[in-house]
Amino acid sequence: MNEREKTDWLKYLYTFVITALIFITAIYISDYFSNKKMAELKSMEDNMSLDILSSETQFSLLAEASCKNINDNTLSREVSQLGDKLSYTEEKIGANDPAFQNLKINYFLLEIKDYLLMKEISNRCKDRPVFILYFYSNKGSCTDCQNEGYVLTKLHEMYPQIRIYSFDYDFNIPTIETLKSIYEIENKLPAMFINGKTIYGLKTIDEIKKIIPETKIWDKEALASSTKVSI
Amino acid sequence: MISSYIIYVFLFLSLYFEVFLVITYLEKRKTIKTEYIIRKNDKWPSVDIVVPCFNESNTIIATIESLLRLDYPKDKLKIIVVDDGSIDNSLKTLKIFDTNPQIKIHHKENGGKYTALNFGIENSKADLIGCLDADSFVDKDALKNMLPYFENQKIMAVVPSIKVYDPKNVLQKMQRVEYSWGIFVRKILTYLNALHVTPGPFTIFRRKIFGDIGKYKHAHHTEDLEMALRMQKHNYKIANSHRSIVYTVTPNTVKTLYKQRRRWTYGFLRNAIDYKFLFFKKQYGNLSFFILPFAVTSIFSAIYLATNFIILNVNSIFEQIAKIKLVGISFTKIHFDFFYINTSLATIIAVISILASITLVLISIKLSEGKLKLKAELLYFLFLYPIIAPLWLFGAVFNTIFSNTITWR
Repeated sequence: MNEREKTDWLKYLYTFVITALIFITAIYISDYFSNKKMAELKSMEDNMSLDILSSETQFSLLAEASCKNINDNTLSREVSQLGDKLSYTEEKIGANDPAFQNLKINYFLLEIKDYLLMKEISNRCKDRPVFILYFYSNKGSCTDCQNEGYVLTKLHEMYPQIRIYSFDYDFNIPTIETLKSIYEIENKLPAMFINGKTIYGLKTIDEIKKIIPETKIWDKEALASSTKVSI
Repeated sequence: MISSYIIYVFLFLSLYFEVFLVITYLEKRKTIKTEYIIRKNDKWPSVDIVVPCFNESNTIIATIESLLRLDYPKDKLKIIVVDDGSIDNSLKTLKIFDTNPQIKIHHKENGGKYTALNFGIENSKADLIGCLDADSFVDKDALKNMLPYFENQKIMAVVPSIKVYDPKNVLQKMQRVEYSWGIFVRKILTYLNALHVTPGPFTIFRRKIFGDIGKYKHAHHTEDLEMALRMQKHNYKIANSHRSIVYTVTPNTVKTLYKQRRRWTYGFLRNAIDYKFLFFKKQYGNLSFFILPFAVTSIFSAIYLATNFIILNVNSIFEQIAKIKLVGISFTKIHFDFFYINTSLATIIAVISILASITLVLISIKLSEGKLKLKAELLYFLFLYPIIAPLWLFGAVFNTIFSNTITWR
C-alpha cells in the first residue's frame, strides 16, 4: 500500500477565489446592463412625458394652429415600444423590483394622460379616433391575457390609428382603480373597453374588428391607395 | 426563485470544476510533455493481454492483429483470448490463430465479461497483465510507452488514451470530441491521484494487484470502474500514459449510445453507493473531497439544468403555437435592439461556462491530436451532446432509484 499525496487545500481555495471573482464580475456585468436598460426605460418615459407636454401645449394653442400639426403618431409608437420593453423587463427581472414598479406606475400615468389628451383633441378636431383600454393580469396564469396581448400587438401593426392603452388590473394605484370604477371593469380578464363597450375574455382580431366599424373604412382606404399605386 | 438559486449553485460548481481543471493543467503543462518518456531499465517485463470475447466476430481478428503488431519483444508478450460462450462465429474465426505461439485461445461458458477477464488472469503468469476489449485496437507503441510508468514502483496500473475508431456518422464524430475531452480529464485526474476507472481498452496492471485486492467483480456491469475504486480504497496508484493510444469502436446509433452510457452512469452510481465510504474522508484525498462528489453532483445538475431548459423551451414553443394560431406568422422586419438581449446573471454565467468548456475542449483536442484541428465535430459535441446526454443520465438515475438492473447490451 502506498501513501497518498496530501490534498492541496490551497489550490481549492485559489479555485474558489477565482470562481467567485468570475461570478462577481458576471453579477457586475449583469447589473450594469440591467441598470442601463432601466435608464433606457426611464429616458423613454421622459421623452414620452415631454411629447405629451408638447401635445398639450399644441392643444392649448389650437385656436391658432391646425389640428394636423399635432403629431400623435410618434407618441403612439412610443407608447407601444415602451409597453413592449416594460413587459419584457417584467418577465426577466420580475415585477417586484422597486425601480421597475416606479417605471410601471409612471408608464400607466403617462398612458392615462395621453388617453385623456387624445380624447380632448379628437373632440375639438371632430376626429373619431379609436381607443382600446386593455386590462390584463400578471397574477396566476392568465394565458388568455398573454394571447390577447399578441392579438392587440398584431391589431396595432395592422391599424396604427388605433390607440391601445394596457393596464395591469392588479396593480394597486389609485389612478387605475379610478379607471376601473369609471368604466366598471370587472375582474374577468382579459377585459377591453372599446368604443364605449366593455368586453371580456379572449377576442380574436376579427371579433375586435367587428366592434370597430372604422376598420372597414381603413381597409377600403388602404385598398384604394394600393390600387392607385399599382395603376 | 428557489429554482434560480439552485441553477446558480450548479453553474458555480460547474465553473469551479472548469477553473480547477485549467489551474491543474497550467501547473502540469510542462510535465505532460516530458513525463516518463525515457526508460531507465533495459529489462522487458513479461506481459499477458487478456481479450474477453462475446460475439465479437466482426472485430476480434483486427483486435488481435493490432496486439500482434505491438512494438514489444515477441517472447515477452502473450495474448490470452477468452471466448465467453459466444453464439456467433467468434470461436470459428479465432481458429486462424491456432498455430500462433503468442496466442492462447480458451473457451468457457458464458458468465459475463468479468468472468472471462478473471479466467484469463488465472491463466497468466506474466509480470504485467492487461486487458483489451475485443472491439478495440492498440497503436503499435501503446505498450512500450507504458513501461516507463511501471519503473515507478508505486504505480500499480497504467491506463491509456482512448480514441474513437474510424468515426463515420455525426454521433461517432461527436464522441470523438468527447473522447478527446476524456483524454484530457484522465490526465488531470492522474495528477490529482483520482482516476476512478481502469478502462477495458488496454489498462495494464501489475500482477501483484490481483493477489492483493482480488480479481474483477460483476460490479453492476462496470467491472473496470469498480476495480479502480477498489484500488483507490487500498491507496494503490493508477497512472495515465497519454502517449499510449487505443482505438475503440463506438456506438453509431442513439439507441446503442443511450444503452452504453446508461450502463456506464448506472454502474458509476451503484458503485458510488457501494463505495460511499470513499466520500469526504481525508485519507482518500482529492478523489474523496472533489472528484467523486463532483461526479455525482454533475449527474444531478445536468438533469436539473436540462429539465429546466426543456420546460422553458416547451412553454415557449406552446406560446408560439398559440400566437401563430391567433395572429398567423408575422413577417414584420426584424429590428435589432440591444434591449432584448438577455443579460441576466444566469445567461452571463452560462456563456462564461460555455466559453471555458470550449477552451478546455480545444486544449483536449491539442493534447490528444498533437495539434489543434477545428472541425464540425466540435459543433456536434457542443450542441448535440448537451441535448442527448441528459437522456441517459435520467435513465441511469431512474434505474438506480428504482433498483432496476441494466443489461450489458
